[in-house]
Amino acid sequence: MTAPTIERPTTAPAAPAAWLALARSTRAELRRLLRWPATWVLVGVWSALNLTFGYVFDWISYRTGESTGPADAGVRLDSLLPAAVPDVLVQGMPMFGGAIVMILGALAVGSGYGWGTWKTVLTQGPGRSTAFGGTLAALAVVVAGTVLATVGADLAMSSVVAAVEGGSGALPGLADLARSYGGGVLIMGMWTATGVLVGVLARGPALAVGLGLVWSLVVENLLRGVAAALPAIEGVTDRLPGSAAGSLAGALGAAGDTDGGAPGVLDVLSGPMATGLTAGYLVVCAVVSLLLVSRRDLS
Amino acid sequence: MTETIVSTHRLTKNFGPRRAVDHVDLTVGRGEVYGFLGPNGAGKTTTLRMLLGLIRPTSGRALVHELAPGDPAAVSRTGSLVEGPGFYPYLSGRENLRVLARYRGLPDREVDRVLDRVDLAARGGDRFRAYSLGMKQRLGVAAALLGEPDLLVLDEPTNGLDPAGMADMRRLLVDVAAGGQTVLLSSHLLAEVQEICDRVGIIDNGRLLVESTVVELRGSSGILLRARPLDRALAVAMRLAGDEAVEVVPEPPANPGTGRGLRLTAGPELVPELARALVAADVDITELHHVERSLEEVFFDLTRTHPALVAHPARPADAAHPTHRMHPADPTQPSDRTEVPA
Repeated sequence: MTAPTIERPTTAPAAPAAWLALARSTRAELRRLLRWPATWVLVGVWSALNLTFGYVFDWISYRTGESTGPADAGVRLDSLLPAAVPDVLVQGMPMFGGAIVMILGALAVGSGYGWGTWKTVLTQGPGRSTAFGGTLAALAVVVAGTVLATVGADLAMSSVVAAVEGGSGALPGLADLARSYGGGVLIMGMWTATGVLVGVLARGPALAVGLGLVWSLVVENLLRGVAAALPAIEGVTDRLPGSAAGSLAGALGAAGDTDGGAPGVLDVLSGPMATGLTAGYLVVCAVVSLLLVSRRDLS
Repeated sequence: MTETIVSTHRLTKNFGPRRAVDHVDLTVGRGEVYGFLGPNGAGKTTTLRMLLGLIRPTSGRALVHELAPGDPAAVSRTGSLVEGPGFYPYLSGRENLRVLARYRGLPDREVDRVLDRVDLAARGGDRFRAYSLGMKQRLGVAAALLGEPDLLVLDEPTNGLDPAGMADMRRLLVDVAAGGQTVLLSSHLLAEVQEICDRVGIIDNGRLLVESTVVELRGSSGILLRARPLDRALAVAMRLAGDEAVEVVPEPPANPGTGRGLRLTAGPELVPELARALVAADVDITELHHVERSLEEVFFDLTRTHPALVAHPARPADAAHPTHRMHPADPTQPSDRTEVPA
């Protein structure tokens, strides 16, 4: 251990510009998120579920003809080809994908309270809002990257199906793909932000993950069931986060479970309404989380 | 004191009905090692958390680097370790510091420098969760040292360490202070504070009882004398040291049978002359030596007699320490700070 004598300035150095501090915070948070095994486990689980339910089961079903008759075979194969990627991409996101990224958001933020890392991070200098803004930005990068990887995996898988089955290998239109990608990022981002908010509210990962999953997988479905019997509350249940995300996926072409597609995909809201509502939930969750972290005592 | 780097004015924090910090006024000068001393639950950590902007005061104010606590410009010039190290358990020690270096906009070589400073360079690649408690604490200090901040706020950095780890940490803190950084160190270990701090503030039940230099707190040195017959020894002692400089002290409970003794307010140079005079007066000496109050005695005196201090802030017993500041605990007092008259 050495003891260098240092000439210390007595005047405060200027704080870095807000954008620079935010960029630094985002880099720092991204660095630790990408080195966190939990991140890769969750991304891996989502990728496996997406391919399994989006392609593998349907392909087996197509080949064995167990669930689709010969008359339907052409339709089923179409849904497995590259041209259908924009529809398939978002079909698992409202429920399963959303639940997984909600866990990511709740863990990423909630764990910091148990580990004591929030007090460490918030005493590094960027300021509370900027430091937490870095966390939100880093999660956004992870979600955007995950959806992009999903696009790549879906294109690769559908190309394999096309090659093996002799179907068309024509790629989907770029505009369709971009629109579906944007919708996927919005759905996954909204659920991630919901997880972040629950993590901040619960100040820990366990309760946050539990409550988040119960809400997204159980409560919303129960409420939709109740709404079928009580039309008075239908207006409320149709505007819940899961309904908005499901309607957005439906508007982007995903098939609901009544059409042999994925659970959680709905058509209760129009596309623009679903997009606005999903974006609204995302923004509200992020802003409320930011305000809570900025203002609340960290004890 | 030179330039003030930390100051608080009537800083108060309530948690529900409980008052954790009660009208605390403290000042830390640039370049000094300030010991914030108090038993567990006294309000040390809460005060430090307020200084770092982690929690907001209920009332009063604080300035750190002449800025509000939590201001990015103040926080970026402050390194801290509060209530134990908080790191990502799945990352190595080095990787944890690299993440923090990104937040501060520092290069990776700064991480290597601070790891070397706390003797963790060889174990920097191990995961944090595999570290011993001592290594975790040292990594916490390394994180606080990132970027060579002007002010280090360290909350009980030796907590949970074994004796060797505590000695290492003390050496490190002395080393850091020698580098010119201001250190605000909280501790419930008196020896630690006594050895490395320039000034101390003693807090109990959320109230800052006294703020002073270690030397002033310990007071002037004295001479302890036990002899028979005591009345003849008293006469000799009063003749040599003066009437006002001699007091009778009771028999120590730990050593029954030793009898009452005398305490003289005088330096060690009086001991040989006193011994000769006592022998000449045919007094039997059983004990004669120079004594210094330890900070521990001061601390327990203060915390035990806290209510008396409030009622009588200028007791004669305190007059031996003319320059330290007694802080009245009653927040309704018009003055928040009382100079004890000599």
